[in-house]
Amino acid sequence: MNKYLKRPETGAFAAFLLTYIFFAMATPGTGFVSVNGTAGWLNLAAELGIVAVPVGLLMISGEFDLSIGSTVGAASMILALGTNQFGGPTWPMIAMALMAGGLIGLCNGLAVVKTKLPSFIVTLATNFIVIGATMGVSRLIANVTSSSIFASESAKMVFAFRWGQANISILWWLLVAFIGYRVLSRTAFGNWIYATGGNEDSARAAGVPVERVKVTLFVATGVAAALVGILQGIQWNSGNSTYGMGYVFQAPIVVVIGGVLLTGGYGSVAGIVFGTALFGVISSGIFYTGWNTDWIQLFLGLLLALAVLANNYVRRLALTSK
Amino acid sequence: MSPLMELRNVDKFFGSTKALKHVSMQVHPGKILCLLGDNGAGKSTLIKVLSGYHNPTNGAVMLEGDETKFAGPRDARQRGIATVHQNVGSIPLMSVGRNFFLGAEPIKGKWPFRSIDTKKANTIAVEQMRKFGLTRVENGDQLVGTMSGGERQVLAIGRAMYFGAKMLILDEPTSALGVKEASMVLKMMRVARQNGVGIVFITHNARHAMSVGDDFCVLIQGEVAASFKRDEKTREEVLNLMAGGEDMTALEEDLEQID
Repeated sequence: MNKYLKRPETGAFAAFLLTYIFFAMATPGTGFVSVNGTAGWLNLAAELGIVAVPVGLLMISGEFDLSIGSTVGAASMILALGTNQFGGPTWPMIAMALMAGGLIGLCNGLAVVKTKLPSFIVTLATNFIVIGATMGVSRLIANVTSSSIFASESAKMVFAFRWGQANISILWWLLVAFIGYRVLSRTAFGNWIYATGGNEDSARAAGVPVERVKVTLFVATGVAAALVGILQGIQWNSGNSTYGMGYVFQAPIVVVIGGVLLTGGYGSVAGIVFGTALFGVISSGIFYTGWNTDWIQLFLGLLLALAVLANNYVRRLALTSK
Repeated sequence: MSPLMELRNVDKFFGSTKALKHVSMQVHPGKILCLLGDNGAGKSTLIKVLSGYHNPTNGAVMLEGDETKFAGPRDARQRGIATVHQNVGSIPLMSVGRNFFLGAEPIKGKWPFRSIDTKKANTIAVEQMRKFGLTRVENGDQLVGTMSGGERQVLAIGRAMYFGAKMLILDEPTSALGVKEASMVLKMMRVARQNGVGIVFITHNARHAMSVGDDFCVLIQGEVAASFKRDEKTREEVLNLMAGGEDMTALEEDLEQID
């Protein structure tokens, strides 16, 4: 029992389960627990989940990324301008959007590693630079800040397919989570992520390429954010510079709810996934209760506060006994 | 027997500051060399020369008989010189097994299913620590943060030896520890010595030094003030030397007069 209490994902799993049961009981007969209802909250969680996993790994390594929001928007605009204004083919434009995401991540990573400034402030700056640049360039090229996307049928299959209510982004989320889990828990690189966030000097002394770990994770985060921009753009047939701004804080929130320590060095992908699922359940559950959706923010805020307290407790528990 | 590592007339200057002056010393395999000295005597600089952080300004570093210039600490480590620092290179929120193999993880399987062999890592880590008399840690999944300071030293030293260290530089490994813990680490140093490892034991605790040391080297203001073998000097003489040549009894009398 004690063994499970100390795992980083236990709190998030318990919170997810309780919240799910709460909404299931509070909304009898509304279809919250039906297949479509389940697809609903999974849809809400999926796209956030795709960025939350790499953001979580980055936070375990001791760094932040607040530039994800504008990267989502930038990727969707690259796809929109590319396929619409320039009439380019879909797949190369998708590749370009992903590369742009990776490039933004690379810039973040190098800036953080070279200047040794806190990534919180570096990526906050990047967030504004990227959204400003996206809007400015879009205006220059096409005099718009949002535009239609003309995606090929094959791209629509991969990024916008639906089974009933369930969106294909749920599969993408599972894939990203699986890769994240493999990397963090099963590879040497994952060991380095924990070590980098746990004690950077010791990690370096043991021969861990701390800088490379961080830059790689920033790049992965940028690519994941671009993937979300592509998913959203193709699903909604349009690109918009402001897509994804909600993720800037939602992603770190669900990561912390998922049991990742703000100071780095501790956490798990399972926890991040439950944290994100919890977000989906609350956002969708409130809707089924018929209450005003404004309450979502209140719920999230309370959960975040509780999670930080619980994480602190779990860490102490983990460090006191066998 | 030829020395494992030897410093010949080593100087280290930082600008006009002379941190080390004409330092000569020898580290032998299977012997513990105690490096004694007050704060600011140049111990840290000497450790950095031994572990490859600094190259000497003048003089030579001989490794197994050949004159050597280290490209950096990593180079020194690859040649079998391991440094265990005072604050210990372990990460509290990671397991014993993961800490033990950090930077040299055992891998099993084929891509894309290559993964850390956690079981192997845990087994070896626990086995190695048991070899050095640490039986309290039975589970490689245990977090290092749950271990005491002495146990963490044992882990760090065991790790260095497992990865083939010929020479261990231990920077104040016992100074932050209680009596029992310190004796655990001192015992471990004896085991390492039996295995033929050359040890440089940096300390300002003369009692700890006298209990395990074979050779002694006292640094004062960057110079070797005395260099002697076990049983050549008494504890009082060693203490006096460490206090910078001032007679300890004179100092005590001084203090009594103030009271």
